[in-house]
Parts: sequence; C-alpha cells; structure tokens
Amino acid sequence: MAKRKSDVGTLYKGSPGQWSWLAHRITGVAVILFLFAHVVDTAVIGWGPEAYNRVVEVYHNWVVQLLELGLVAAVLYHAINGTKIMLFDFWPSTTRHMKALSLASTGLFLLAMLPITWLIGTNVLESAGVL
Amino acid sequence: MAVETTERAPAPSPGRRTQSAYGGSRERPAGGFELWSWLFMRISGLVLLILAVGHILIMHVLDDGVERVDFGFVAARWQSPFWRTWDWALLVLALIHGINGLRVIVQDYVRWPGARLAVNMAFYVIGFVLFVLGTVVVFTFDPNAWPAVV
Repeated sequence: MAKRKSDVGTLYKGSPGQWSWLAHRITGVAVILFLFAHVVDTAVIGWGPEAYNRVVEVYHNWVVQLLELGLVAAVLYHAINGTKIMLFDFWPSTTRHMKALSLASTGLFLLAMLPITWLIGTNVLESAGVL
Repeated sequence: MAVETTERAPAPSPGRRTQSAYGGSRERPAGGFELWSWLFMRISGLVLLILAVGHILIMHVLDDGVERVDFGFVAARWQSPFWRTWDWALLVLALIHGINGLRVIVQDYVRWPGARLAVNMAFYVIGFVLFVLGTVVVFTFDPNAWPAVV
C-alpha cells in the first residue's frame, strides 16, 4: 500500500497532551532501565564494604552525576505529570482546565528543578575538580 | 463480485470514552485485565509519589546527595526496619509499575506477536530475577558480618 503523504515527514498532531504523553513514556522507560542496573549495584552490598564501595564509586564520577541529574529530573517529571493524569482520570471535570493544569505542572517541575540543579550541579563541579 | 462502496464503519473504540461536557476526553479500558492494569498504574503511582520521590530526594538531592553514600551509610540506614521496608516496597512497586509500563509501550511498537511475546517475557524474567535478588539482599543484609567498618 502506498504511503499517504501524512505518513512521512510530518509531525503527529494529536491532542494538546501529546508532548507530555511522549515525555511521560521517555522518562518512564529511562527510570525503569536505570532501576534494572540499580537493583544489581545495590545488591553488591551483600558482598561487603570493599566490593560495594568500589561499585558506588561510579556514582561519584562527575559524568555519572550529570546522568544522575537527568534521572532525578525524569523521576520528578514522571511523578508530577502522573499526578496530572490521575487528576484528569479521577475527576474528569478538571479536563476543562487541561491547558492551565498542564502549564502549572510543567511550571512546578521546572521550578523544582532549579534548586535540584543547583545542589547536584555543585556536586558535579566538585567531582570534576572545578570547585 | 460487487464492489464494496460503503464506507467502513469506524472501529469500535477499545476503551470507554470518559467524555466530559468540557471538551476534554480520556480513555479508560472497558474491563478485565486492562482495567485492573489501568487502576494499578494509578494507585501504585500514588504510593510511588511518596516512595520514589522521597527516595531520590533523600539519596540524591539533600545533604550532599549520593556523595555521602557508601557501605557505612547503607549499613546505618538499614539498621532501621522502616527503611528496609520502604526500600523493599519501592523495589516491588517500581518493578511492577515499570514493567507493566514497558508492556503497554511494547504493545504499541512491537507488532509481530512472536516478537512481542519474546520482548515481554524478557522483561518479566528480568523483573522476577531482580525482585528475588533485591528481596534477598534487603532482608538478609547483616552489617555485623563486617564489624570493622560499621
């Protein structure tokens, strides 16, 4: 079957929630993939301090700490956007304010990321030897 | 053979549309397993709001974050049954919530049934192995096995 013009090269235009829907998926997948690794690295504690400390040393590396900032952002975004989803699903009348609530939840996420970026950011710079 | 000229009726929506009078609409599974899955994602999400967000704030943001985490830190933390229970509940809920989320995503992008089953089974096996590993570690860990450090 020939592809319709709309199948190639054009952006999917769904509901206003399409971007948060996409971000919810991406952050969710990122967090579960990290969890797979994180259960294993935590389990190493059963092999004693030498083994465990060698493993968590990875988390004190500044590049990994930058990824850690991304992880915290992913969890926080997923949590705040998930709350928005529950609000819409359990109290459908709130969808009347979908646009305002989407702006509010995105704003809350960005606002929360300000101090978090500062706190983890200073750790990153310290680990990198800049501070 | 007569040529079918009538427009095909739109496929019935798999979900019940919660159409509100305000223009917004959200879909919800009509029943069965998918409805329980839908409900579980929301209830566990609510609990994870405290367990997971609390965990990342304590371990990664506050009080120097992950810089202070080492064997002694975890050993001291796991002296308390409260934190062991917290971490175990987080492990279980996050694994089920996350792997069920992967299942929903796989449903969208892996179309061939054989591949879909294989990918899903792989995630289920990983999830089960990590559940066992995490459960054993969180409940059997004994810092006194290394008394010099604690």
